[in-house]
Amino acid sequence: MSETKDAFILTVEDLTVSFDGFKAVNGLNFYVEPNECRVIIGPNGAGKTTVLDLICGRTRATGGSVQFKGQELLKMREDQIVHAGVGRKFQNPSVYEDLTVFENLEISYPRGYSVFGALAFRRDQAVRDRIAEIAEIIFLQDHLQEKAAYLSHGQKQWLEIGMLLIQDPELLMLDEPVAGMSVAERVKTAELLNRIIADRSVIVIEHDMKFVEDIATRVTVLHQGKLLAEGSMAHVQADPKVIEVYLGH
Amino acid sequence: MTEFPAMATGRDGRFLNRTEAMGAVALALLIFVLLPLALDPFRLNLFGKYLTYAFVAVGLVLCWGAGGILSLGQGVFFGLGGYALAMFLKLEASTPEATKIQSTPGIPDFMDWNQITALPGWWQPFHSLSFTIFAVVAVPVIFAFIIGTAMFRRRVGGVYFSIITQAVAAILTILIIGQQGYTGGVNGITDLRTLKGWDIRTDEAKTALYFVNGGLLFACLALAQFVRRSKLGRILIAMRDREDRVRFSGYDVASFKIFVFCLGAGFAAIGGAMFTLQVGFMSPSFVGIVPSIEMVIFCAVGGRNSILGAVWGTLLVNWAKTSFSESFPELWQFGMGALFIAVVLVFPDGLAGVWKQHVEPLFARLKPRPSAPQPAE
Repeated sequence: MSETKDAFILTVEDLTVSFDGFKAVNGLNFYVEPNECRVIIGPNGAGKTTVLDLICGRTRATGGSVQFKGQELLKMREDQIVHAGVGRKFQNPSVYEDLTVFENLEISYPRGYSVFGALAFRRDQAVRDRIAEIAEIIFLQDHLQEKAAYLSHGQKQWLEIGMLLIQDPELLMLDEPVAGMSVAERVKTAELLNRIIADRSVIVIEHDMKFVEDIATRVTVLHQGKLLAEGSMAHVQADPKVIEVYLGH
Repeated sequence: MTEFPAMATGRDGRFLNRTEAMGAVALALLIFVLLPLALDPFRLNLFGKYLTYAFVAVGLVLCWGAGGILSLGQGVFFGLGGYALAMFLKLEASTPEATKIQSTPGIPDFMDWNQITALPGWWQPFHSLSFTIFAVVAVPVIFAFIIGTAMFRRRVGGVYFSIITQAVAAILTILIIGQQGYTGGVNGITDLRTLKGWDIRTDEAKTALYFVNGGLLFACLALAQFVRRSKLGRILIAMRDREDRVRFSGYDVASFKIFVFCLGAGFAAIGGAMFTLQVGFMSPSFVGIVPSIEMVIFCAVGGRNSILGAVWGTLLVNWAKTSFSESFPELWQFGMGALFIAVVLVFPDGLAGVWKQHVEPLFARLKPRPSAPQPAE
């Protein structure tokens, strides 16, 4: 059993969370392989965002286990989970509005995490080069000195993706990365995401089926906190249960 | 790699930008030149007292302005620092010869009045000046560390934190007043005379202490500026707006809050000790809820995002307080309340904000210099 587990980067077993008796996630099992792009779909209230919250430590699970490269994440603090190599993008763009784009990326640069490390942190050439590199990937190279508050919705989404990229996580979790974007921004984002999911494991929540088809290695369908179906996009789309609760509508 | 010209003059470029440097020079001129020349020793000592509150206000700029942690109990740390030094000075003033009319000579007078016949053990180390100087900073910082750890690790924040700090201020006041025999009660520790034989009550001593106080204040300002300019300063701002997100950038939010709370406590403690030295006593009326809130008002009036603004705000409010309360003692309290409401409603960034928004543009228009490079930020 343990040998087969080692093949997975993320092992979610029997994961359960209950809010005042309501089980938002109920006995969920799924396994993510290295370099896989897993897309989670499902109707509203299926518990998709809650699953990501549980993995990254934002919500505490009631029971079960989440193992990332053999480490039990459920016992760790949010920042320790980040250090272990898990990055999370939130549904609403979540950037530091009072800071510039440069400073947003700098804070995310993986060095000087302790209090005294942060005091001693120098903005050296390696930091500047890396920020310049990331800024170009996320189309914000001309906005580095702008306050994040003045960016458009789509640009904020890109900035947050950039803040994750600079951390270079082994597992990247994205919650509706293209929601609320203009058509032009969507196309650019799809291009951006295809670039960044190349050499890492990714879990994405998304409603846009065209987009899901483009990027997914495998698809997990959630319904009422439980696993409804899992497999390739074609397999899932043909599943009558999935058509009934989700795709049919 | 691509070069970013704007970045060279950004926050990491220089210790102070031009506006900040000019502000610091102006403040230094006021404190070290103008006030000592213009005021008689009595008034200068009064301004020295105001400046001890400025230490607290500067700490609040870091905790509240940058970090979003509003402590309504900074008087606790001001008081602990002040009491630590007062204990040393009181012991020096309580020589057996000076206290020979007491039933137990050689102990502080208030202990004798309360039928205490031997110096309590925890007073003993305060015979040593080096221990006392250490304790002035260490005791409040350790206390802040304990409060901070207990609250921030449990993710108590916002209004709850403010209320708990108020409760701590109230509890400490009650404790000091109740333990009259060990603390001097409601009168505090009074009748302090000499520091290692140097009479601190003379005009010369008070003037000298005024300059020491000013020097220490600038040292604290420099330290505060160092923290603000570091990545830690930017993390504090990020935390104020999106605490949750900072955790997912990989930072342990609680440890940053504990650090800045301890730093603010350390500043307040130095202010408290300088208060004791310059005013000659320390009492529970500088520990409780009212003084703690007044210190927040000083900071708010000056501008909670500006360390220099906080010093100006402290000086101005206290000067006004003294002037008004001399003529209208009853009205002053209402004035203070109205001032706080006005600051919150009309100019939330305080004097520093008014200066930046309205005065700086005036200067810019007065002196058009098209060829000069734009000042940073």
